[in-house]
Amino acid sequence: MKCDLCDAQATVFLTQIVDGQMQKVNLCESCSQEKGVTDPTSFPFTDLLVGLGSTKKVGSSARELSDAKNIRCPGCNFSLSDFKNVGRLGCSRCYETFASELDGLLKAMHKGTRHIGKVPNHLDEMFQLQGHIEELGLCLEKAIADENYEEAASLRDQIENAESHLTEVSKEART
Amino acid sequence: MMRFNTLLRHPAEWMCKSGPHSDIVISSRIRLARNLCHKPFPGWSKKEDRQEVMEIIRPRVEALTEMHEAFSKDLGDLSSIQKQLLVERHLISREHAAKSNGCATVIDRPQRTSIMINEEDHLRMQTIAPGLALEETYHTLDEIDTRLGENLDYAFDRRLGYLTACPTNLGTGMRASAMVHLPALVLSEQINPVIQAVNKIGLAVRGLYGEGTEALANLFQVSNQNTLGERETEIIGRLGQVIEQIIEHERNARLKLLEEHAATIHDQVGRAYAILRHAHIISSKEALNLLSMLRLGTDLGFLREDTRPLTDLLFTEIQPAHLQISAGRKLDPEQRDLTRAEILRTRLKSLREPDMLAERPTAPETDPEDANQPET
Repeated sequence: MKCDLCDAQATVFLTQIVDGQMQKVNLCESCSQEKGVTDPTSFPFTDLLVGLGSTKKVGSSARELSDAKNIRCPGCNFSLSDFKNVGRLGCSRCYETFASELDGLLKAMHKGTRHIGKVPNHLDEMFQLQGHIEELGLCLEKAIADENYEEAASLRDQIENAESHLTEVSKEART
Repeated sequence: MMRFNTLLRHPAEWMCKSGPHSDIVISSRIRLARNLCHKPFPGWSKKEDRQEVMEIIRPRVEALTEMHEAFSKDLGDLSSIQKQLLVERHLISREHAAKSNGCATVIDRPQRTSIMINEEDHLRMQTIAPGLALEETYHTLDEIDTRLGENLDYAFDRRLGYLTACPTNLGTGMRASAMVHLPALVLSEQINPVIQAVNKIGLAVRGLYGEGTEALANLFQVSNQNTLGERETEIIGRLGQVIEQIIEHERNARLKLLEEHAATIHDQVGRAYAILRHAHIISSKEALNLLSMLRLGTDLGFLREDTRPLTDLLFTEIQPAHLQISAGRKLDPEQRDLTRAEILRTRLKSLREPDMLAERPTAPETDPEDANQPET
């Protein structure tokens, strides 16, 4: 197995399980020393993951990676190899551009992959409406599958209403 | 506008006031990271972009009621020693101190809340309070963040939350931490198992000045690692619980040391007192570790209660930038060791000798958990 940082033979294998999620890092002798991995149980794992610009691991194959390396963020012209070099992203749009590549890293790094904390005031109403529309959509699908066309018609009206409300709210949020 | 000299003359609130569990917890800190939409992050942006971000953010920050007559400076207008002093007071990060033009810092008068513009993120704001007060500290900063958010277009994604330059801060953008003084756990060699246990549950333990710094003076920073998938209040609650457990471990370790190794503790505290009061050349590391012993001696009742604020102030005042600014000139390391010893001798001159017979329980009397602890 190769080192996650360089192409040398990996001799140090680290695995950490937090809340049932497994995180793995493979390093060669010199990289492990450079990263200060002397006592694998007593250093913060995420520091290491970021240091690796960890695109090699968790769910992405080598081929996917070589494709992804050529993608540049339309917002700031940032690429994945830049991420590997600096360990930071270029702009907020990078999260969208590199969503699939970052997914594994975020899973390994955090407790969940969905934000459930604070929402800026002006976006709160908008997100609530979006959530409501999604729920209605699911009900609509179910009503159609059950051939309950009367309910489906009513749901469709509700969705249309909510969507026009959402358009107004998002206009306000933007100004 | 507050001048640097005014800031210098007044220690930060966390350095000199006490709070809940002040015998073990020096300070609590909350930091929030925020960015503006459609602007590259500072580390990947051109000078003009950063300037534009600065012109949008800085007036909003300065207009906050908390920032009335604040200290507000472009980092290019501060000398490297002045910036280092702000780092020593934990008012700006080491990363921010390395920057100059196009980056700014705004600090309120009590030096409780400081806001960095164009650090790793466009906006890094923090509030720091004495003792264990994570929730209150969060509420203070949360309110400031809400007001800033009304006028600034934050980069926010419905699924990922606040978008940050480093994915480790994504979601809440929040880092909550407490600085704890754990001399008994270090002396009784229980500190590594404690650090490992804390790491295993997804919290980080770091040295005095954050990432990659050495644990001097038996001071440790405990903070959350996860920022995504948990509410701010949950993160703070979990961290608070762990810190209360650490406090209990430290208290028990102190009691046990007193029971089983009283002579060692008396010796350590006595030596610390003697050396700090009489040394003429002392390195930062030695001084910090001895001050830690003096603080422990105070917690154990060997020294008067008012020694604690003094040791806490000295922890910061004997740091290189504080020394050089108070001396009014640049000092090389050898000169610093002389000046440091001189300051310590002066400041501790009237400190009465420790009385090792004046033992008191390590927990404050108001602590309801007192009843559960064995008597000394």
